[in-house]
Amino acid sequence: MNLTWQLDGWIIVAGVLCAVASALLGNFLVLRKLSMLGDAVSHAVLPGLAAAFFISHSRSSLPMFIGAVIVGIFTALFTEWIRRFGKVDEGASMGVVFTSLFALGLVMIVQAADQVDLDAGCVLYGAIELTPLDTVIVAGHEVPRAVVMLGVVVILNALFVALFFKELKLTAFDASLATSMGISSTWMHYALMILVAITAVASFESVGNILVVAMFIVPPATAYMLTDRLGSMVMLSVAIAAIGAVLGHLAAVNVPTWIGFRSTTTAAMMGVSVGMLFTIAVLFAPRHGIVVKFVRRQILTLSILADDIVGLLYRRHERQESHNAATKTFASELFASRLAVAVAMAQLKRLGQVRIADEVCQLTESGMQRATDLVRSHRLWEQYLVTEADMDTSRIHDKAERLEHFTDQPMRDDLDEQTHHPQRDPHGSVIPRDEGTSR
Amino acid sequence: MGFKWWHGGPRRKLEVEELRLLRTTEPHWLTRSLLVLLFLTMHNTAFAQSPPTDSITDRRATWPTWQQIRSVVMLEDYNTRVVILGVAMLGIAAGLVGSFTLLRKRALMGDALAHASLPGITTAFMLATWLGYNGKSLPTLLIGAAVGGLIGVGLIVLLKSQTRLKQDTALGIVLSVFFALGVAMLGMIQQMKNGHAAGLETFIYGKTASMTRADGLLIVIASVVAIGGCVLLFKEFKLLCFDEDFAGSRGVPTRWLDMSLMGLVVLVTIVGLQAVGLILMVALLVIPAASARFWTEKMWQMAIISALLGTIGGVLGAAASALFPRLPSGAMIVLVCAALFLFSMICGRSRGVLVRVLRRRRLNRRVHRDHLLRGMYESGEGDGNGEAVQSRPWIAVDTLLQRRSWSRRELKRSINRAMSEGWVRSDNGTVGLTVAGFIEAASLTRQHRLWELYLIHYADVAPARVDRDADAIEHVLEPELVEELELLLEKSPIRIDVPISPH
Repeated sequence: MNLTWQLDGWIIVAGVLCAVASALLGNFLVLRKLSMLGDAVSHAVLPGLAAAFFISHSRSSLPMFIGAVIVGIFTALFTEWIRRFGKVDEGASMGVVFTSLFALGLVMIVQAADQVDLDAGCVLYGAIELTPLDTVIVAGHEVPRAVVMLGVVVILNALFVALFFKELKLTAFDASLATSMGISSTWMHYALMILVAITAVASFESVGNILVVAMFIVPPATAYMLTDRLGSMVMLSVAIAAIGAVLGHLAAVNVPTWIGFRSTTTAAMMGVSVGMLFTIAVLFAPRHGIVVKFVRRQILTLSILADDIVGLLYRRHERQESHNAATKTFASELFASRLAVAVAMAQLKRLGQVRIADEVCQLTESGMQRATDLVRSHRLWEQYLVTEADMDTSRIHDKAERLEHFTDQPMRDDLDEQTHHPQRDPHGSVIPRDEGTSR
Repeated sequence: MGFKWWHGGPRRKLEVEELRLLRTTEPHWLTRSLLVLLFLTMHNTAFAQSPPTDSITDRRATWPTWQQIRSVVMLEDYNTRVVILGVAMLGIAAGLVGSFTLLRKRALMGDALAHASLPGITTAFMLATWLGYNGKSLPTLLIGAAVGGLIGVGLIVLLKSQTRLKQDTALGIVLSVFFALGVAMLGMIQQMKNGHAAGLETFIYGKTASMTRADGLLIVIASVVAIGGCVLLFKEFKLLCFDEDFAGSRGVPTRWLDMSLMGLVVLVTIVGLQAVGLILMVALLVIPAASARFWTEKMWQMAIISALLGTIGGVLGAAASALFPRLPSGAMIVLVCAALFLFSMICGRSRGVLVRVLRRRRLNRRVHRDHLLRGMYESGEGDGNGEAVQSRPWIAVDTLLQRRSWSRRELKRSINRAMSEGWVRSDNGTVGLTVAGFIEAASLTRQHRLWELYLIHYADVAPARVDRDADAIEHVLEPELVEELELLLEKSPIRIDVPISPH
């Protein structure tokens, strides 16, 4: 691996700038359910290029840029109009608009093609690998043109997000509240769309459009998995985008060599690496990650199962029966898998709430306490549901079975109070007394 | 050769020839002649009869001769026949499937899965090449694309159901990351000794050459499968689209249904993709369905209209391109579909913009007329001391103006309209009810007051507010409802033709 600053340095800088510029705005696209807009704009700018060519009769970059931006804005406008006036779903109206514009652009380009070599690729679809070759002089240094342009776009977007943060936030989450506070959500929308078009076109021209389409969506979505605050979401998305861009170039240079190739497209690898970051976030995000949620659910299931086990033992104890310690019997009585019962039993034993002697399972003192609380909750709930909620006796058990696991001491006291300190539940079983509040 | 420039691939230069590739479903003879003669002549040399034109800067489309038109309309040319038949079948299938995906708010699913098929294609190619088979054989690539598309769709559904991300974000993520992965793999494939990637990415963008007989056959088979699936599972899909939870509660296996619907989308998209290209495929899935939505509220009608519009768009577009060789057929099909969409959006019978505007205007007019008549009737009542009015006095417009918060212009306009409808007479600055107008006004006032009474008696609305509430609803009271109100209020002491105002 030999990276040179002149080449790889500038490629990475251009990638990072593009990623940051896109991610800044992408947050609001994701929140406004406009994620597909980047893709739509990237296809729709074609007629802009053709029109610019027809009007200016040149292939210079500026008219093309302006034409593309204008059509990009039109894409957003048409999508919004069709959505509003035709009452068509956002995705569908986007689909209608970008395919039609693309087709229009094709027809226009074909008309122009024989006249002169209209080379859209030269004008608008740059490759990130070539950025270091096209330089301009800035303050005495040779800087790639793409870096200059993307730098300007980053500053523009950052200023926009910083200055209108409150407005953007309000319009993204509660457009009607924003309107009632005197913020025009329509104008915020259009301002955002204009910047999206500028960012998209500037990025296509310098680094290619795979990168910008990915960077509009993936970093913000990753950040959205990680946080619930918009401020930190924007910050995180920028950081993720930058990291993804750097990793992407390194991966493009290195990964293919592991399987016998030289290198591959940097922009694509940047997209892939930010996709990797997203995958990690989806799986392991502290609050919303799939794995984390799964583990949390398993822990809850286990604690409920443990509750059920001590409850079962308590009821056996009430009837002066003993319980076989075999996992199988618990599993069949509690409708749980043997594995789950075994894990729950191990947990109970570790906590010292259950002991097993001579194949018989017994509650220890602390286990007895836990079971008493649980059964008391259960029976108080049953009493409450019958007396206060007018429920049929045959239906209360299931409800109480669910509620018992989430009932704490103060709530039990409340229930006790509300049901006038009952002695027995509707089925006639004794409601165990609380040790603390013996009445 | 292909479309690399479009997605910013490693190649920067776009040859005009590559632009030809964008033309998707061109008849064979057209493509060939165009590729050869594009820069030399404007006119269609495929037809010997066409008079030669000389200017190479001529941008006008050459009008087709009668023979050309006939040859296209009668489907005389074999390739035109294949293309039009293929596109028509694809239009039906995509229109049908698209109407379900549209209602499930997954209109852009086709776009996402088409992009997602690229890594599938490249993987299939690499595997096949490494195993020593021909990587570019159509079945290999088709299977790879289908697998890639299915994985993409599965991930989209998974992301949406298992995380807090919304549908559109899930679509966008799968689209961009999968596509990036595919391009990255393409970058590597280009370095393979025996497998230059040429033609691989054109799989996604439609083929350089026109639709062949094999393509046509493939499309027909896939379309028949998709149409058959939609027809057989129509009821279930309908339930899935409108009320997934209800369907689930009725014991319909929603997950399997969803999977099979998505499977049909993948099938149609992948098969269409390699024949007609990505953009056209997306357009065929989205536009006809979205257009059909404007015409009807019934699912089966929507599906049929959507299929019909897809077919019309496909056939007209392909025919236009066959007649005017300078118009690329894929783009023409999209544009015809877009025109149909625009027409539907404006003129659609049940949701079109015009119909909705008309409906609203009619309601507004009726509301204004009701207000005018009731205002005049109540003015005639004077202070409303319990006597129902029998006379039809002349009322000054200025007096009426003060009865409601309406502008003079509004009032004037309502008066004029009511005059032309025969409810009202006018005599310099004063207006009076005609006999018909009087009867109508009495019944309107009665409705208003009945509703007021109802609100006071049964809905516990304060008398001070009741006028406003009654105002809002009186215009939509059905005669049956008025009768019911009467029954309800039968025991109330004030049961006369027009109850006294409770104010």
